[in-house]
Amino acid sequence: MVYDWLVAPFADFEFMRRALAASIALALGAAPIGVFLMLRRMSLVGDAMAHAILPGAAIGFLLSGLNLFAMTAGGLIAGFAVAILAGVVSRVTELKEDASLATFYLASLALGVTIVSVKGTNIDLLHVLFGNILAMDNQTLIVIAINATVTLVVLAVIYRPLVIECVDPLFLRTVSRAGAPAHLAFLALVVINLVNGFHALGTLLAVGLMVLPAAIARFWARDITGMMMVAVVSAMLSGYAGLVLSFHSKVPSGPAVILVATALYVMSVLFGSVGGMLRQLFPAPHLEA
Amino acid sequence: MAAQLQFRDVTLGYDRHPAVHHLSGEVASGALLAVVGPNGAGKSTLFRGIVGILKPLAGSILRGKRDLRDIAYLPQSAEIDRSFPISVFDFTGSGLWRATGAFGALGRSGRAKIVDALAAVGLNGFENRPIGTLSGGQMQRMLFARVLLQDAAVIVLDEPFNAIDAKTSADLLALVRRWHEEKRTVLAALHDMDLVRANFPQTLLLARGEVAWGATTQVLTSDNLARARQMCEAFDDGAAACAAHLPPRAA
Repeated sequence: MVYDWLVAPFADFEFMRRALAASIALALGAAPIGVFLMLRRMSLVGDAMAHAILPGAAIGFLLSGLNLFAMTAGGLIAGFAVAILAGVVSRVTELKEDASLATFYLASLALGVTIVSVKGTNIDLLHVLFGNILAMDNQTLIVIAINATVTLVVLAVIYRPLVIECVDPLFLRTVSRAGAPAHLAFLALVVINLVNGFHALGTLLAVGLMVLPAAIARFWARDITGMMMVAVVSAMLSGYAGLVLSFHSKVPSGPAVILVATALYVMSVLFGSVGGMLRQLFPAPHLEA
Repeated sequence: MAAQLQFRDVTLGYDRHPAVHHLSGEVASGALLAVVGPNGAGKSTLFRGIVGILKPLAGSILRGKRDLRDIAYLPQSAEIDRSFPISVFDFTGSGLWRATGAFGALGRSGRAKIVDALAAVGLNGFENRPIGTLSGGQMQRMLFARVLLQDAAVIVLDEPFNAIDAKTSADLLALVRRWHEEKRTVLAALHDMDLVRANFPQTLLLARGEVAWGATTQVLTSDNLARARQMCEAFDDGAAACAAHLPPRAA
Protein backbone atom coordinates (compact mmCIF):
# COMPACT_ATOMS: atom_id res chain seq x y z
CA MET A 1 0.00 0.00 0.00
CA VAL A 2 2.61 2.48 1.09
CA TYR A 3 4.86 1.08 -1.59
CA ASP A 4 2.15 1.47 -4.20
CA TRP A 5 1.68 5.10 -3.28
CA LEU A 6 5.17 6.31 -2.66
CA VAL A 7 7.57 4.10 -4.58
CA ALA A 8 5.73 2.32 -7.35
CA PRO A 9 5.16 5.41 -9.54
CA PHE A 10 8.91 5.81 -9.80
CA ALA A 11 9.70 2.09 -10.01
CA ASP A 12 7.20 1.52 -12.78
CA PHE A 13 7.52 4.58 -14.96
CA GLU A 14 10.67 6.01 -16.44
CA PHE A 15 9.17 9.46 -16.99
CA MET A 16 8.53 9.68 -13.24
CA ARG A 17 12.14 8.76 -12.50
CA ARG A 18 13.35 11.44 -14.88
CA ALA A 19 11.03 13.97 -13.31
CA LEU A 20 12.34 13.06 -9.88
CA ALA A 21 15.95 13.38 -11.03
CA ALA A 22 15.15 16.75 -12.57
CA SER A 23 13.50 18.09 -9.43
CA ILE A 24 16.39 16.92 -7.25
CA ALA A 25 18.92 18.64 -9.53
CA LEU A 26 16.74 21.75 -9.57
CA ALA A 27 16.51 21.76 -5.80
CA LEU A 28 20.28 21.50 -5.38
CA GLY A 29 20.93 24.57 -7.49
CA ALA A 30 17.92 26.77 -6.95
CA ALA A 31 17.39 26.49 -3.20
CA PRO A 32 20.75 27.95 -2.07
CA ILE A 33 20.37 30.75 -4.62
CA GLY A 34 16.92 31.40 -3.22
CA VAL A 35 18.35 31.74 0.28
CA PHE A 36 20.69 34.48 -0.89
CA LEU A 37 17.88 36.18 -2.82
CA MET A 38 15.81 36.23 0.34
CA LEU A 39 18.65 37.52 2.52
CA ARG A 40 19.30 40.31 0.04
CA ARG A 41 15.57 41.09 -0.03
CA MET A 42 15.54 40.26 -3.71
CA SER A 43 12.89 37.52 -3.77
CA LEU A 44 10.58 39.55 -5.97
CA VAL A 45 13.47 40.49 -8.22
CA GLY A 46 13.87 36.76 -8.86
CA ASP A 47 10.21 36.56 -9.75
CA ALA A 48 10.49 39.49 -12.15
CA MET A 49 13.56 37.99 -13.80
CA ALA A 50 11.73 34.68 -14.24
CA HIS A 51 9.12 36.37 -16.38
CA ALA A 52 11.76 38.35 -18.20
CA ILE A 53 13.24 35.12 -19.51
CA LEU A 54 10.11 34.33 -21.46
CA PRO A 55 10.53 36.41 -24.63
CA GLY A 56 14.05 35.08 -25.13
CA ALA A 57 12.90 31.52 -24.77
CA ALA A 58 9.94 32.34 -26.99
CA ILE A 59 12.16 33.73 -29.74
CA GLY A 60 14.22 30.56 -29.49
CA PHE A 61 10.97 28.65 -29.84
CA LEU A 62 9.96 30.79 -32.81
CA LEU A 63 13.23 30.10 -34.59
CA SER A 64 13.54 26.41 -33.96
CA GLY A 65 10.43 25.04 -32.28
CA LEU A 66 10.65 23.30 -28.92
CA ASN A 67 14.41 23.07 -29.24
CA LEU A 68 16.13 22.86 -25.91
CA PHE A 69 19.31 24.74 -26.69
CA ALA A 70 17.68 27.55 -28.63
CA MET A 71 15.24 28.15 -25.79
CA THR A 72 17.94 27.94 -23.14
CA ALA A 73 20.20 30.37 -24.97
CA GLY A 74 17.31 32.73 -25.65
CA GLY A 75 16.27 32.64 -22.01
CA LEU A 76 19.78 33.32 -20.77
CA ILE A 77 20.25 36.24 -23.14
CA ALA A 78 16.87 37.79 -22.28
CA GLY A 79 17.46 37.29 -18.55
CA PHE A 80 20.83 39.00 -18.60
CA ALA A 81 19.57 41.78 -20.86
CA VAL A 82 16.69 42.63 -18.55
CA ALA A 83 18.86 42.45 -15.44
CA ILE A 84 21.40 44.82 -16.98
CA LEU A 85 18.85 47.16 -18.58
CA ALA A 86 16.87 47.49 -15.36
CA GLY A 87 20.08 48.27 -13.53
CA VAL A 88 21.03 50.89 -16.10
CA VAL A 89 17.60 52.55 -16.09
CA SER A 90 17.57 52.83 -12.31
CA ARG A 91 21.08 54.29 -12.24
CA VAL A 92 20.60 56.76 -15.06
CA THR A 93 17.07 57.90 -14.25
CA GLU A 94 15.06 58.59 -11.13
CA LEU A 95 13.11 55.33 -11.40
CA LYS A 96 13.95 52.87 -8.63
CA GLU A 97 15.25 49.43 -9.54
CA ASP A 98 12.10 47.57 -8.45
CA ALA A 99 9.85 49.77 -10.55
CA SER A 100 12.04 49.49 -13.63
CA LEU A 101 12.28 45.71 -13.20
CA ALA A 102 8.50 45.48 -12.92
CA THR A 103 8.17 47.46 -16.13
CA PHE A 104 10.60 45.24 -17.96
CA TYR A 105 9.11 41.98 -16.84
CA LEU A 106 5.55 42.96 -17.64
CA ALA A 107 6.66 43.96 -21.11
CA SER A 108 8.64 40.73 -21.43
CA LEU A 109 5.77 38.54 -20.32
CA ALA A 110 3.35 40.18 -22.75
CA LEU A 111 5.87 39.97 -25.57
CA GLY A 112 6.72 36.35 -24.83
CA VAL A 113 3.11 35.17 -24.70
CA THR A 114 2.43 37.02 -27.94
CA ILE A 115 5.37 35.41 -29.74
CA VAL A 116 4.46 31.90 -28.62
CA SER A 117 0.78 32.36 -29.49
CA VAL A 118 1.54 33.64 -32.95
CA LYS A 119 3.74 30.71 -33.86
CA GLY A 120 2.56 27.84 -31.71
CA THR A 121 -0.54 26.20 -30.33
CA ASN A 122 -2.19 26.58 -26.96
CA ILE A 123 -0.38 23.43 -25.85
CA ASP A 124 2.93 25.13 -26.60
CA LEU A 125 1.82 28.15 -24.62
CA LEU A 126 0.88 25.99 -21.65
CA HIS A 127 4.23 24.26 -21.91
CA VAL A 128 6.06 27.58 -21.85
CA LEU A 129 4.00 29.03 -19.02
CA PHE A 130 3.89 25.99 -16.75
CA GLY A 131 6.69 23.77 -18.02
CA ASN A 132 6.41 20.04 -18.29
CA ILE A 133 8.42 18.21 -15.75
CA LEU A 134 6.93 14.87 -16.84
CA ALA A 135 8.41 15.16 -20.31
CA MET A 136 12.12 15.37 -19.50
CA ASP A 137 14.20 14.00 -22.33
CA ASN A 138 17.86 13.12 -21.89
CA GLN A 139 19.09 16.44 -23.21
CA THR A 140 16.95 18.52 -20.90
CA LEU A 141 17.92 16.40 -17.95
CA ILE A 142 21.60 16.84 -18.74
CA VAL A 143 21.25 20.60 -19.18
CA ILE A 144 19.50 20.86 -15.83
CA ALA A 145 22.16 18.73 -14.15
CA ILE A 146 25.00 20.76 -15.68
CA ASN A 147 23.38 24.03 -14.66
CA ALA A 148 22.93 22.79 -11.11
CA THR A 149 26.56 21.66 -10.96
CA VAL A 150 27.82 24.97 -12.32
CA THR A 151 25.67 26.78 -9.77
CA LEU A 152 27.12 24.88 -6.83
CA VAL A 153 30.71 25.30 -8.01
CA VAL A 154 30.37 29.03 -8.71
CA LEU A 155 28.51 29.57 -5.46
CA ALA A 156 31.36 27.91 -3.59
CA VAL A 157 33.83 30.20 -5.34
CA ILE A 158 31.98 33.45 -4.62
CA TYR A 159 30.56 32.40 -1.26
CA ARG A 160 32.73 34.46 1.06
CA PRO A 161 32.60 37.76 -0.87
CA LEU A 162 28.88 37.25 -1.41
CA VAL A 163 28.17 36.78 2.29
CA ILE A 164 30.27 39.77 3.30
CA GLU A 165 28.69 41.84 0.55
CA CYS A 166 25.28 41.06 2.03
CA VAL A 167 26.24 41.87 5.61
CA ASP A 168 28.66 44.74 5.25
CA PRO A 169 29.19 45.94 1.68
CA LEU A 170 31.20 48.97 2.77
CA PHE A 171 33.73 46.78 4.55
CA LEU A 172 34.11 44.51 1.56
CA ARG A 173 34.88 47.52 -0.60
CA THR A 174 37.72 48.49 1.69
CA VAL A 175 39.36 45.06 1.67
CA SER A 176 38.61 43.62 -1.74
CA ARG A 177 37.43 44.32 -5.24
CA ALA A 178 35.57 41.02 -5.33
CA GLY A 179 32.23 42.60 -4.37
CA ALA A 180 31.00 43.67 -7.79
CA PRO A 181 32.15 40.54 -9.65
CA ALA A 182 30.60 38.36 -6.96
CA HIS A 183 27.32 40.25 -7.27
CA LEU A 184 27.33 39.88 -11.05
CA ALA A 185 28.18 36.19 -10.83
CA PHE A 186 25.33 35.79 -8.38
CA LEU A 187 22.88 37.48 -10.78
CA ALA A 188 24.14 35.15 -13.51
CA LEU A 189 23.42 32.18 -11.25
CA VAL A 190 19.91 33.50 -10.64
CA VAL A 191 19.30 33.65 -14.37
CA ILE A 192 20.81 30.19 -14.99
CA ASN A 193 18.62 28.62 -12.33
CA LEU A 194 15.55 30.39 -13.60
CA VAL A 195 16.20 28.95 -17.04
CA ASN A 196 16.59 25.59 -15.33
CA GLY A 197 13.30 25.99 -13.55
CA PHE A 198 11.74 27.22 -16.77
CA HIS A 199 12.24 23.85 -18.44
CA ALA A 200 10.60 21.99 -15.59
CA LEU A 201 8.07 24.37 -14.13
CA GLY A 202 7.53 27.00 -16.82
CA THR A 203 8.02 30.71 -16.69
CA LEU A 204 5.34 31.41 -14.10
CA LEU A 205 6.50 28.89 -11.52
CA ALA A 206 10.22 28.70 -12.26
CA VAL A 207 11.03 30.92 -9.32
CA GLY A 208 8.95 28.74 -7.00
CA LEU A 209 11.65 26.24 -6.10
CA MET A 210 13.92 29.19 -5.40
CA VAL A 211 11.81 31.45 -3.23
CA LEU A 212 9.52 29.06 -1.32
CA PRO A 213 12.23 26.75 0.09
CA ALA A 214 14.21 29.81 1.21
CA ALA A 215 11.17 31.22 2.97
CA ILE A 216 10.62 27.82 4.61
CA ALA A 217 14.24 27.67 5.73
CA ARG A 218 13.99 31.04 7.49
CA PHE A 219 11.63 29.41 10.00
CA TRP A 220 13.90 26.49 10.86
CA ALA A 221 17.50 27.68 10.84
CA ARG A 222 19.38 30.58 12.39
CA ASP A 223 22.56 30.52 10.37
CA ILE A 224 23.04 30.63 6.65
CA THR A 225 24.51 27.14 6.30
CA GLY A 226 21.56 25.64 8.10
CA MET A 227 19.19 27.68 5.97
CA MET A 228 20.67 26.36 2.76
CA MET A 229 20.43 22.78 4.02
CA VAL A 230 16.81 23.17 5.05
CA ALA A 231 16.02 24.92 1.76
CA VAL A 232 17.57 22.16 -0.36
CA VAL A 233 15.84 19.41 1.61
CA SER A 234 12.46 21.11 1.49
CA ALA A 235 12.83 21.77 -2.24
CA MET A 236 13.63 18.09 -2.83
CA LEU A 237 10.76 17.02 -0.62
CA SER A 238 8.40 19.34 -2.51
CA GLY A 239 9.59 17.89 -5.79
CA TYR A 240 9.09 14.32 -4.68
CA ALA A 241 5.76 14.82 -2.89
CA GLY A 242 4.47 17.01 -5.71
CA LEU A 243 5.20 14.31 -8.25
CA VAL A 244 3.49 11.66 -6.11
CA LEU A 245 0.51 13.96 -5.66
CA SER A 246 0.15 14.68 -9.34
CA PHE A 247 0.58 10.97 -10.19
CA HIS A 248 -2.34 9.99 -7.99
CA SER A 249 -4.59 12.91 -8.77
CA LYS A 250 -5.46 15.23 -11.58
CA VAL A 251 -3.27 18.06 -10.30
CA PRO A 252 -0.77 19.00 -13.01
CA SER A 253 2.78 18.20 -11.93
CA GLY A 254 4.38 21.67 -11.90
CA PRO A 255 1.67 23.31 -9.80
CA ALA A 256 1.60 20.19 -7.59
CA VAL A 257 5.27 20.67 -6.72
CA ILE A 258 4.73 24.32 -5.87
CA LEU A 259 1.55 23.56 -3.91
CA VAL A 260 3.43 21.07 -1.76
CA ALA A 261 6.12 23.68 -1.17
CA THR A 262 3.39 26.13 -0.22
CA ALA A 263 1.93 23.64 2.25
CA LEU A 264 5.39 23.23 3.80
CA TYR A 265 5.66 26.99 3.97
CA VAL A 266 2.33 27.35 5.79
CA MET A 267 3.38 24.64 8.24
CA SER A 268 6.67 26.44 8.78
CA VAL A 269 4.96 29.75 9.46
CA LEU A 270 2.78 28.05 12.04
CA PHE A 271 5.18 25.62 13.65
CA GLY A 272 8.66 26.83 12.68
CA SER A 273 11.21 26.64 15.49
CA VAL A 274 12.67 30.06 14.61
CA GLY A 275 9.95 32.69 14.98
CA GLY A 276 7.06 30.47 13.98
CA MET A 277 3.62 31.60 15.18
CA LEU A 278 3.17 28.78 17.68
CA ARG A 279 6.54 29.64 19.22
CA GLN A 280 5.50 33.24 19.55
CA LEU A 281 2.18 32.36 21.18
CA PHE A 282 3.73 29.87 23.60
CA PRO A 283 7.29 31.05 24.11
CA ALA A 284 9.70 28.92 26.09
CA PRO A 285 10.48 30.40 29.52
CA HIS A 286 13.25 32.97 29.42
CA LEU A 287 16.70 32.21 30.75
CA GLU A 288 18.66 33.63 33.65
CA ALA A 289 21.25 35.32 31.43
CA MET B 1 58.87 61.02 10.68
CA ALA B 2 57.64 59.96 7.27
CA ALA B 3 54.20 61.08 6.18
CA GLN B 4 51.68 58.28 6.20
CA LEU B 5 48.96 60.20 4.41
CA GLN B 6 49.25 63.32 2.32
CA PHE B 7 46.38 65.51 1.24
CA ARG B 8 47.26 67.57 -1.78
CA ASP B 9 44.68 70.29 -2.22
CA VAL B 10 42.06 67.59 -2.09
CA THR B 11 38.38 68.30 -2.63
CA LEU B 12 35.87 65.57 -1.85
CA GLY B 13 32.15 65.68 -2.30
CA TYR B 14 29.04 64.41 -3.92
CA ASP B 15 27.58 65.38 -7.28
CA ARG B 16 30.22 68.07 -7.77
CA HIS B 17 29.27 69.71 -4.47
CA PRO B 18 32.29 69.78 -2.20
CA ALA B 19 32.02 68.50 1.35
CA VAL B 20 35.74 68.81 2.00
CA HIS B 21 37.12 71.78 0.17
CA HIS B 22 40.79 72.20 -0.81
CA LEU B 23 42.42 70.41 2.10
CA SER B 24 46.19 70.14 2.20
CA GLY B 25 48.43 68.65 4.80
CA GLU B 26 49.93 65.43 5.98
CA VAL B 27 49.51 62.87 8.69
CA ALA B 28 52.77 61.57 10.09
CA SER B 29 53.36 57.90 10.56
CA GLY B 30 52.29 56.84 14.04
CA ALA B 31 50.20 59.94 14.63
CA LEU B 32 47.15 59.88 16.86
CA LEU B 33 44.93 62.47 15.23
CA ALA B 34 41.46 63.59 16.24
CA VAL B 35 39.30 65.06 13.50
CA VAL B 36 36.69 67.37 14.98
CA GLY B 37 34.16 69.76 13.56
CA PRO B 38 30.41 70.38 13.47
CA ASN B 39 28.00 68.03 11.73
CA GLY B 40 28.40 68.41 8.01
CA ALA B 41 31.99 69.56 8.35
CA GLY B 42 33.18 66.79 6.07
CA LYS B 43 34.74 64.41 8.59
CA SER B 44 33.07 61.29 7.27
CA THR B 45 33.62 62.41 3.71
CA LEU B 46 37.31 62.88 4.36
CA PHE B 47 37.52 59.37 5.82
CA ARG B 48 35.69 57.90 2.86
CA GLY B 49 38.27 59.57 0.67
CA ILE B 50 41.14 58.19 2.74
CA VAL B 51 39.92 54.60 2.47
CA GLY B 52 39.31 54.99 -1.24
CA ILE B 53 35.54 54.58 -1.29
CA LEU B 54 35.10 58.12 -2.54
CA LYS B 55 37.21 59.44 -5.39
CA PRO B 56 38.38 63.04 -4.95
CA LEU B 57 36.64 65.65 -7.11
CA ALA B 58 39.99 67.41 -7.37
CA GLY B 59 43.45 67.10 -5.87
CA SER B 60 44.70 63.83 -4.48
CA ILE B 61 45.30 61.77 -1.37
CA LEU B 62 48.67 60.04 -1.32
CA ARG B 63 49.02 56.93 0.74
CA GLY B 64 52.68 56.29 0.05
CA LYS B 65 53.31 52.76 -1.16
CA ARG B 66 50.62 51.48 1.10
CA ASP B 67 48.00 49.06 -0.10
CA LEU B 68 44.46 50.32 0.47
CA ARG B 69 43.92 47.18 2.48
CA ASP B 70 46.46 48.39 4.98
CA ILE B 71 43.92 50.96 6.11
CA ALA B 72 41.28 49.68 8.49
CA TYR B 73 38.05 51.65 8.40
CA LEU B 74 35.32 51.72 10.99
CA PRO B 75 32.41 53.58 9.44
CA GLN B 76 29.95 55.65 11.41
CA SER B 77 26.60 54.05 10.97
CA ALA B 78 27.98 50.96 9.41
CA GLU B 79 25.81 49.80 6.57
CA ILE B 80 25.62 46.47 8.29
CA ASP B 81 22.59 44.31 7.70
CA ARG B 82 22.11 43.20 11.28
CA SER B 83 19.32 40.81 10.38
CA PHE B 84 21.74 38.74 8.32
CA PRO B 85 22.20 35.30 9.89
CA ILE B 86 25.91 35.38 10.58
CA SER B 87 27.62 34.65 13.89
CA VAL B 88 29.80 37.09 15.80
CA PHE B 89 32.74 34.74 15.19
CA ASP B 90 32.30 34.61 11.41
CA PHE B 91 31.63 38.32 11.13
CA THR B 92 34.70 39.26 13.13
CA GLY B 93 36.70 36.73 11.14
CA SER B 94 36.17 38.81 8.02
CA GLY B 95 38.83 41.09 9.53
CA LEU B 96 41.36 38.45 8.51
CA TRP B 97 40.45 38.98 4.85
CA ARG B 98 43.91 40.22 3.96
CA ALA B 99 45.40 36.94 5.20
CA THR B 100 42.71 34.58 3.96
CA GLY B 101 41.39 36.32 0.85
CA ALA B 102 38.20 34.99 -0.64
CA PHE B 103 39.13 31.33 -0.29
CA GLY B 104 41.89 30.82 2.23
CA ALA B 105 41.10 28.74 5.27
CA LEU B 106 41.23 30.37 8.69
CA GLY B 107 43.33 27.60 10.14
CA ARG B 108 43.93 27.05 13.81
CA SER B 109 45.96 30.24 14.25
CA GLY B 110 43.27 32.29 12.52
CA ARG B 111 40.62 30.88 14.82
CA ALA B 112 42.78 31.60 17.84
CA LYS B 113 43.28 35.17 16.63
CA ILE B 114 39.55 35.72 16.33
CA VAL B 115 38.92 34.36 19.81
CA ASP B 116 41.69 36.58 21.18
CA ALA B 117 40.35 39.67 19.42
CA LEU B 118 36.87 39.07 20.80
CA ALA B 119 38.35 38.58 24.26
CA ALA B 120 40.31 41.82 23.88
CA VAL B 121 37.08 43.77 23.39
CA GLY B 122 35.29 41.91 26.16
CA LEU B 123 33.06 39.75 24.00
CA ASN B 124 34.25 36.32 25.09
CA GLY B 125 31.43 33.84 25.01
CA PHE B 126 29.61 35.70 22.26
CA GLU B 127 31.23 33.73 19.42
CA ASN B 128 28.12 31.84 18.34
CA ARG B 129 25.59 34.59 18.82
CA PRO B 130 23.98 35.99 15.66
CA ILE B 131 25.07 39.60 15.19
CA GLY B 132 21.44 40.74 15.30
CA THR B 133 21.27 39.94 19.02
CA LEU B 134 24.05 42.34 20.02
CA SER B 135 23.36 45.64 21.75
CA GLY B 136 24.70 48.88 20.28
CA GLY B 137 27.72 48.84 22.55
CA GLN B 138 28.46 45.17 21.89
CA MET B 139 28.16 45.82 18.17
CA GLN B 140 30.77 48.55 18.42
CA ARG B 141 33.02 46.25 20.44
CA MET B 142 32.71 43.62 17.73
CA LEU B 143 33.60 46.15 15.03
CA PHE B 144 36.68 47.11 17.06
CA ALA B 145 37.60 43.43 17.24
CA ARG B 146 37.47 43.27 13.47
CA VAL B 147 39.69 46.32 13.19
CA LEU B 148 42.10 44.56 15.57
CA LEU B 149 42.24 41.56 13.27
CA GLN B 150 42.85 43.70 10.22
CA ASP B 151 46.23 44.48 11.73
CA ALA B 152 46.46 47.63 9.61
CA ALA B 153 49.11 50.35 9.73
CA VAL B 154 46.47 53.06 9.41
CA ILE B 155 43.23 52.94 11.37
CA VAL B 156 40.36 55.29 10.57
CA LEU B 157 37.53 55.48 13.12
CA ASP B 158 34.44 57.48 12.26
CA GLU B 159 32.74 58.68 15.46
CA PRO B 160 33.58 55.45 17.25
CA PHE B 161 32.12 56.51 20.60
CA ASN B 162 28.75 57.83 19.50
CA ALA B 163 25.82 56.48 21.52
CA ILE B 164 28.23 54.34 23.51
CA ASP B 165 28.21 54.32 27.32
CA ALA B 166 31.15 55.46 29.45
CA LYS B 167 32.39 51.96 30.30
CA THR B 168 32.43 50.81 26.69
CA SER B 169 34.06 54.06 25.51
CA ALA B 170 36.77 53.66 28.13
CA ASP B 171 37.44 50.05 27.07
CA LEU B 172 37.58 50.95 23.41
CA LEU B 173 39.70 54.02 24.07
CA ALA B 174 42.23 51.75 25.74
CA LEU B 175 42.45 49.85 22.46
CA VAL B 176 43.04 53.10 20.59
CA ARG B 177 45.90 53.90 22.97
CA ARG B 178 47.33 50.43 22.45
CA TRP B 179 47.27 50.97 18.69
CA HIS B 180 49.07 54.25 19.22
CA GLU B 181 51.75 52.50 21.30
CA GLU B 182 52.13 49.96 18.51
CA LYS B 183 53.08 52.88 16.22
CA ARG B 184 50.00 52.58 14.12
CA THR B 185 48.54 55.75 12.64
CA VAL B 186 45.09 56.39 14.08
CA LEU B 187 42.56 58.98 12.88
CA ALA B 188 39.29 59.36 14.73
CA ALA B 189 36.35 61.66 14.14
CA LEU B 190 35.08 62.80 17.52
CA HIS B 191 32.64 65.21 19.14
CA ASP B 192 33.68 65.00 22.80
CA MET B 193 36.26 67.77 23.19
CA ASP B 194 37.25 66.67 26.70
CA LEU B 195 38.00 63.20 25.39
CA VAL B 196 40.05 64.69 22.57
CA ARG B 197 42.05 66.95 24.91
CA ALA B 198 42.74 64.05 27.26
CA ASN B 199 43.77 61.45 24.71
CA PHE B 200 44.68 62.87 21.33
CA PRO B 201 47.94 64.79 20.96
CA GLN B 202 46.99 66.16 17.54
CA THR B 203 43.77 67.56 16.16
CA LEU B 204 42.42 68.65 12.81
CA LEU B 205 39.54 71.07 13.17
CA LEU B 206 37.55 70.71 10.01
CA ALA B 207 34.75 72.86 8.63
CA ARG B 208 34.68 71.88 4.97
CA GLY B 209 38.20 73.28 4.85
CA GLU B 210 40.86 73.23 7.50
CA VAL B 211 40.19 75.66 10.34
CA ALA B 212 43.21 74.62 12.35
CA TRP B 213 45.52 71.63 12.37
CA GLY B 214 48.25 70.87 14.88
CA ALA B 215 48.78 70.22 18.56
CA THR B 216 45.41 69.71 20.22
CA THR B 217 45.85 72.46 22.81
CA GLN B 218 46.52 75.03 20.11
CA VAL B 219 43.75 73.86 17.83
CA LEU B 220 40.86 73.59 20.28
CA THR B 221 40.72 77.24 21.31
CA SER B 222 37.35 78.88 21.78
CA ASP B 223 38.22 81.22 18.96
CA ASN B 224 38.83 78.40 16.50
CA LEU B 225 35.76 76.48 17.62
CA ALA B 226 33.59 79.55 17.12
CA ARG B 227 34.95 79.96 13.62
CA ALA B 228 34.21 76.33 12.82
CA ARG B 229 30.66 76.73 14.05
CA GLN B 230 30.07 79.56 11.62
CA MET B 231 30.95 77.32 8.73
CA CYS B 232 28.44 77.50 5.99
CA GLU B 233 26.68 74.23 5.32
CA ALA B 234 25.68 75.59 1.96
CA PHE B 235 24.79 73.06 -0.70
CA ASP B 236 23.80 75.56 -3.32
CA ASP B 237 22.45 74.07 -6.53
CA GLY B 238 23.25 77.28 -8.32
CA ALA B 239 26.81 77.50 -7.04
CA ALA B 240 29.33 78.47 -9.63
CA ALA B 241 32.28 76.25 -10.42
CA CYS B 242 35.02 76.78 -7.89
CA ALA B 243 37.90 78.96 -9.03
CA ALA B 244 40.62 76.53 -8.14
CA HIS B 245 42.74 78.28 -5.56
CA LEU B 246 40.39 80.40 -3.56
CA PRO B 247 40.86 79.78 0.15
CA PRO B 248 38.16 77.42 1.42
CA ARG B 249 36.33 79.85 3.70
CA ALA B 250 35.69 82.23 0.84
CA ALA B 251 33.91 79.64 -1.26
